Amino acid sequence: MIPDKDKEELRVRSIRNGSVIDHITAGNALNVLRILGITGTTTAIVSVVMNVPSKRLAFGRKDIVKIEDRELVPAEVDKIALIAPQATINIIRDYEVVQKKSVVLPDLITHVVRCPNLNCISNSAEPIYSKFRVLDSFVLRCGYCESIIDSDIATYLI
Amino acid sequence: MFKQKHIVSMRDLTRDDVDFVLDYAEKMMSCAKAGVRLLQNRILALLFFEPSTRTQLSFDSAMKRLGGSTLSLTSEDSSVLKGETLADTIKVVGGYADAIVLRHPREGAARMASEISSVPIINGGDGAGHHPTQTLLDLYTIRKESHLHDLNIALLGDLKYGRTAHSLAYALNMYDANITLVAPEGLQMPKHIVSTLDSVRLTEDIDEVIRDVDVLYVTRIQKERFPDLNEYLRVAKSYRITLPVLEGVRDNLIIMHPLPRVDEIAQEVDQTKYAKYFKQAFYGIPVRMALLAILLNGAT
Repeated sequence: MIPDKDKEELRVRSIRNGSVIDHITAGNALNVLRILGITGTTTAIVSVVMNVPSKRLAFGRKDIVKIEDRELVPAEVDKIALIAPQATINIIRDYEVVQKKSVVLPDLITHVVRCPNLNCISNSAEPIYSKFRVLDSFVLRCGYCESIIDSDIATYLI
Repeated sequence: MFKQKHIVSMRDLTRDDVDFVLDYAEKMMSCAKAGVRLLQNRILALLFFEPSTRTQLSFDSAMKRLGGSTLSLTSEDSSVLKGETLADTIKVVGGYADAIVLRHPREGAARMASEISSVPIINGGDGAGHHPTQTLLDLYTIRKESHLHDLNIALLGDLKYGRTAHSLAYALNMYDANITLVAPEGLQMPKHIVSTLDSVRLTEDIDEVIRDVDVLYVTRIQKERFPDLNEYLRVAKSYRITLPVLEGVRDNLIIMHPLPRVDEIAQEVDQTKYAKYFKQAFYGIPVRMALLAILLNGAT
């Protein structure tokens, strides 16, 4: 018989070096991977845990992503804020948490989401990246055509 | 003082900027026919990737009235047909001209151009996006023929897709106008614009408001927006401005229209004192002269 505490720990083991993204709004772990550019062809060791009970998040559920041997930089961390505003990022070195960061919504995001307006110049062959001003949590305004995204941001991730 | 280098969207302009342009346009009124040599030896490029009559002709006229000259490029021209990007075209033309007026079928085109251009960009309409010089001439017309202070205005027609109405509503809100949006079901102004207006009401019935407004701003209802021709005809008829519709309106009402008009305002209305749309089109000259002088000469 395995004790309850150990059962929890067995779910995903601690990592030696890398980043742990915790408190991701449940259902968004795969979107976090998309934001970080992690696809099925990655060679990194990545653990994804979904729908873990959480006292802190609404609906009592959260997702966790662990990426070994990669320390997230602030620009990457802030992009995560778009879809998981309560996420925290722990940077791990030799099993120790050396840095704990909360995500902060950036004012401007470039080349992260695609403009929903198909006729926007940023969806053409012009040599530019999409650009959005962050007006509020979950509200973005296109820096070119001024279209608004106020729901389902994840569906517009590049 | 006016600090904008480009004119892309009304959102970039403060109320002081707008007042500055309108005041300058007033100074230009006296030379809008006779001309004044403020921009001698200066060249304005007109890049029109979409057809336009009034905007192109009035910029051409305004630049020439100021003693300058113009170059024109349309989507039929060689570099465009060969598939050159707009970004490259803008960089090249910036070497040939002192400012560029751009009309383009894609929204955001003028914003992109302004980010890479070495010379001022004036947005002459970007798809369903913005057309700020139209808004400025609309404001000038309202100020000259009616009043901007304590204004009651109704915007009528296709308010969903009509870029003129979007920019105008935004700008009128800077002047604390009371705005009534009159549109058929399905063509009402998008919520994200309505929510930025401080004093606004929405209705489908023109008869409900026409006797309470100082300005009636009519826009075209486009046939292609309707899947069913009969539905279009029904809606178009119920929004048509005729003499009987105008019974009982305020004595000082003015009727405006960005033109071209199809049949949303009956020809018979042209003869009334209310009709100001042809004057409005003419005011495009002093307003565009003012903008060109400000952007190219840094007029103070």
